[in-house]
Order: sequence, then structure tokens, then C-alpha cells
Amino acid sequence: MSATEVCGITAADIAEGQEMPALRHPVSVTTIVLGALASRDWRPMHHDKDFAVERNGVKNIFINTPNNAAWFERYITDWTGPKGRLGRLRFEMKKSVFPGDEMCFSGVVRKLAADAAGCHWADLELTISVDGEVRTTGRARVAIPTDPADNPWTRKGDRWLP
Amino acid sequence: MSARDPQASRNATDLPDEAQRMIDTPLYEEPGEFPIEMGYVYNTCAAVQNGNPIFWDPAVAEAVTGGPIAPPTMMSVWFRPHYWAPGATGERKALQTHFDLKQILDLPEAVVASNEAVFGEPVRPGDRLTTRQIVRSIGPLKQTKLGIGRFWTIDVETTNQHGEWVGTEIYTMLGYRRPEQ
Repeated sequence: MSATEVCGITAADIAEGQEMPALRHPVSVTTIVLGALASRDWRPMHHDKDFAVERNGVKNIFINTPNNAAWFERYITDWTGPKGRLGRLRFEMKKSVFPGDEMCFSGVVRKLAADAAGCHWADLELTISVDGEVRTTGRARVAIPTDPADNPWTRKGDRWLP
Repeated sequence: MSARDPQASRNATDLPDEAQRMIDTPLYEEPGEFPIEMGYVYNTCAAVQNGNPIFWDPAVAEAVTGGPIAPPTMMSVWFRPHYWAPGATGERKALQTHFDLKQILDLPEAVVASNEAVFGEPVRPGDRLTTRQIVRSIGPLKQTKLGIGRFWTIDVETTNQHGEWVGTEIYTMLGYRRPEQ
């Protein structure tokens, strides 16, 4: 297999203002505990409901920050395909996500441009909402192949300018 | 996209020498506690149902990333300490320069104002990573909604065993004193 055979979008397939397909995922206690332990976050508010209620004053355990990052990465690369390479990610968790919530991910391409090294970048604006209420907002910068033969993962040093 | 919060981009002129000396000085260089391993990669991908074949299909990983890698957003995962280890005492603080600044600047409370991660060389199974912390800026005293305080920005830079840059996490913090403090 060569990288050219691996499917995914190229810069020619997207435009500024384009919306990314939405992703919905129901959140359970297991979703939150799996994410916390996979990210080596042992803090009790991500697995112990009594602690979350009594010490944090919230209604239940909630999704932790590094797992939120992993969800955004999944959402972005579901859209780009395997050759999409994340360069930057920034987000703010304005309100927590709890068991019983259904997360709805959405995103918009805010900017599409090639850098001095010829790498095509999509700057994305991202949101996680629950029942229409915004819980997390974020911004990401992801490298997109110029054409099917291009592969951003081969870039190093001066050719990788995230 | 701006890498830094403009609130913290200018250094104050009234800083104690100890705080001034910390700016742009790499501190707390620390190796990770274990080599990178795929078990955590599978746990992370399973937790978010990430089916990206570069993490699951060795042939795709070979073709696209030159072999298996970890998801870039796992960068901080590799530096969280074990929940328990023989002989370990007390709680290890992950961002020690931040706690140093709170003490030096006499600002007992703090919140994360923003954080951003920038990703470099992919992380591969077997890699041994190292981090270091660099205070990039400390802003002037200002009145905020929480109390009087300062914004500061700390970079946590990660490199691999070849000295290659793996990524940087940029934390902007607000250290403050509550009105009654």
C-alpha cells in the first residue's frame, strides 16, 4: 500500500465557510470513565459521582480536558481522513458534559491557505453542544493534502510550520 | 491564529527579580515515567471511538506515518504520574513553574485562562519523551472579575530521545488574590 491509495479529502475538496459534518455521541458514565483513565487522569471528579457532587458542586462526573481533546481529534480526522495532520488545538470548556448528555460536534472551515513551505492548512472553528447549548468551543489548525499524492505526515523541520 | 493570549504578551516592569529571572529560562526538565506504548493509544482511540486506520491498521500506518504513532492530542497523557508508585510520597505538581509564580508573586489563587497545544514530530511506540517548562511572559497587575492579579504564560515543551521537537502546550494562567485576601 502507498499513501496515495489512502482515501481522504484534499485541499481542492474544501472551501472557506464550509461546514463539517456533525457528529453526535451519547455520553454515559462509561464514556467519561474510559476517557479519564485512558488519559491517565485519576482525579475523582471524573469517576466518583459522590466526590463530583459534594466537592465540585456539580450534578455528576464530567468529561476531562485531555479526553475532550481526543474527541476533537477524532472529529477532525473523521472528516479529513488519515492524511489530515493536526498542527494546533485550543479549546475552552465553558460548561461540563455529563452522563445522559448527547454531545453534538460541529465545525466550520474559517480559513484555508498554503504556508511558505507549501503545506495547506485549514483553520477550523469547533463547537460541542448539548441540546443546542454550547458546552465547549475550540479552534484547530489541520494540514490537508494538496492532492492525493501529497502527505502532510512526511513534513519535518522547516517544512512543518504549525 | 495567534499562539498566545494578548493579555499576557507584555511583561510587567515591577516584577520581583526572582520572577524576572524565570522568564525565558528553561526549568524543570523531566523525563516521562515510561516509554510510549500502544496500549494507551488503543485505550484512547476506543474511549472516543476513533477509527482512524493509522492507529489500527499497520499497513496504513506504514504507508502514511512510516509506522505506528500515538494520536498527537495524547501529548500530555505521557507525563501524568502513576496513581501510585512504590516509595512515592505527596502529590506531584504537573506545572511546577506555575506554583512557583503563585508563591513568588503572592497570588494565592489561580485559574487557567486558556491553553493551546502545538504538535511537531509524531510520537511513536518506544519513544522516551522529556518536557521542560519555560515562562514566556508575566503581565502587569490588573483588576479582574475575580480579584487583583496577573496573567502569565508558560510553555511546556516536549522533545523525544533524538532531541526532536514533539510539541508545546501553551498555558495562560490568571493568578489572583480574592478581594478579601
